[in-house]
Amino acid sequence: MLENFTIESLIQGYKDNKFSVSEVVSDYYDRIAKVNSDYNVYVSLCRDLAEQRVSKISEYNIDKDLLYGVPLGLKDLFSYKDSSLTAGSKILKGFKPSYNAVSTQRILDQGGIVLGMVNTDEFACGASNETSAYGPVHNPYDREYVSGGSSGGSAALIPLNLGVFATGSDTGGSIRQPASFCNAVGLKPTYGRIPRAGVIPMSSSLDTVGHMTKTVMDSAIVLQAMAGADKKDSTSPNVPVDDYTSYVHKGVKGMKIGIPKEYFTDVNDPEVVSQVMKSIDVLKAQGAEIVEISLPYTKYGVAVYYIVSPCELSTNMERYDGVRYGNFQKDDINNLFEYYTKSRGQGLGVEILRRIMVGTFCLSSESYEAYYLKAQKVRTLLIEDFKNAFSKVDLIAGPVSPTAAFKLNSKANNPLEMYQCDALTIPSNCAGIPGISVPAGFTNTGLPVGLQLLAPHFMEGKLFSAAQVVENEFKCFSQVPSL
Amino acid sequence: MIDLKTIEHLAMLARLELSDEQKKSLLDTLPSIIEYMDILNEVDTSQVEPTYQSTGLTNVTRNDEVDLDYNLGQSLLNHTNHDLQNDQIKVKSVFN
Repeated sequence: MLENFTIESLIQGYKDNKFSVSEVVSDYYDRIAKVNSDYNVYVSLCRDLAEQRVSKISEYNIDKDLLYGVPLGLKDLFSYKDSSLTAGSKILKGFKPSYNAVSTQRILDQGGIVLGMVNTDEFACGASNETSAYGPVHNPYDREYVSGGSSGGSAALIPLNLGVFATGSDTGGSIRQPASFCNAVGLKPTYGRIPRAGVIPMSSSLDTVGHMTKTVMDSAIVLQAMAGADKKDSTSPNVPVDDYTSYVHKGVKGMKIGIPKEYFTDVNDPEVVSQVMKSIDVLKAQGAEIVEISLPYTKYGVAVYYIVSPCELSTNMERYDGVRYGNFQKDDINNLFEYYTKSRGQGLGVEILRRIMVGTFCLSSESYEAYYLKAQKVRTLLIEDFKNAFSKVDLIAGPVSPTAAFKLNSKANNPLEMYQCDALTIPSNCAGIPGISVPAGFTNTGLPVGLQLLAPHFMEGKLFSAAQVVENEFKCFSQVPSL
Repeated sequence: MIDLKTIEHLAMLARLELSDEQKKSLLDTLPSIIEYMDILNEVDTSQVEPTYQSTGLTNVTRNDEVDLDYNLGQSLLNHTNHDLQNDQIKVKSVFN
């Protein structure tokens, strides 16, 4: 019975009495039982909580509530009261949040039904989901390839149809890159558009809450449900929430779209470039004016990010001391210092350790000016790049990542090479502007490719208008993987 | 410049006890990562202000009043495997 549901088609099915919420939720769990072990998307399920929600669905209004009876996965960073929460790390194994993240609460308020928590790189640090303490996610289009990361579980959930949508977080590309690797629509909204409170932090000035969906319309619906300021996140600006769904079918006629030459270097896979150019041609054919632009500081993005982000991460990670969470051996330990160092050394994986060490180095009194302060200055120049560009164009278009999905274990031991996966997504995080990855076809070997679109602060609506034009042409969401 | 001694010093600052294997992995990768950051020295930033925020927000404050929405109470003690005493977590002593 389970079809390739979108939020729109599922709710229409409920309205037409084709099936009940209870049947649909039960079918998703059946499918998870069959498919999950091969792809490692869900790291925990919360069936009891989901069934409690189903039994209370009559409290919601099918004509008004945007996510009425819609089953979803939460990235394993989002607090959901009484469910499990590990951030892909051993150090939080067994932890259960005692409250809901603001974003989780908004999904629940609109009638959403959480099926479980989906896999992520440990504390969202990674670009391939291989740093998760619970194993990597396999790419739905070829099990030997990575899903991308850090929101790898969220992205793979979409084509595998293990939920209708999933939440994600994007600090340096962690929604858009896996979305492009897995044929999902991945939205990274403006920094702060969706409050971060209750989502486990990685880098506080860069972390952005967003989501993966099958279609552009679904992406607009989920943003509508989650966007808006909240007192629990002082960095969520009090800017009115747009009517996002009204932008979806507006088209791109008269829109000016900039193509940054720095996003098309010879490190890019030619097949990725070819699909991206095809989708830019579609935008042009539908009335957009395409102009070449320059974002000259792009090549410094990776260095800026891998200073600023580990600095913020190492600060955020100070709270994990094995005292309030975790289950570490505490006998034969002499003092508190020893307990801290042992529980942290044993509880954290190698990539987190590496970034804590880089952050600690860059923030130490002798290195602070040369690294942290320098990076925050170059970040200002990255932001000015975008300001200059958006004085001439409405949107920017380019690849999401230099390549399509790569093979499992091919970069896991070479962090610098892995960091380059984010070269084209990092600059927009530094500037806090919104971006979307929309499916734009496949490589010759059948791996998905996404088109990245970027907009000025709070202009998510324009992203939806352009992304829908691309979706109309390629209709990638109908190309489900053969399992 | 990043040698074993630096790694051990940073680990102490960050409160991490590292195994020999972990130290080796860090020694293999940290120097090249830090070296890569030198690319930023190509950029003249003498006239550039550092970034402190990206969406225009400055000095966000709230009234200094107790807001019970933030009060998690007892639930903060739910997940520790340490002993509790008077609603506080009992940990190892700071000094031996």
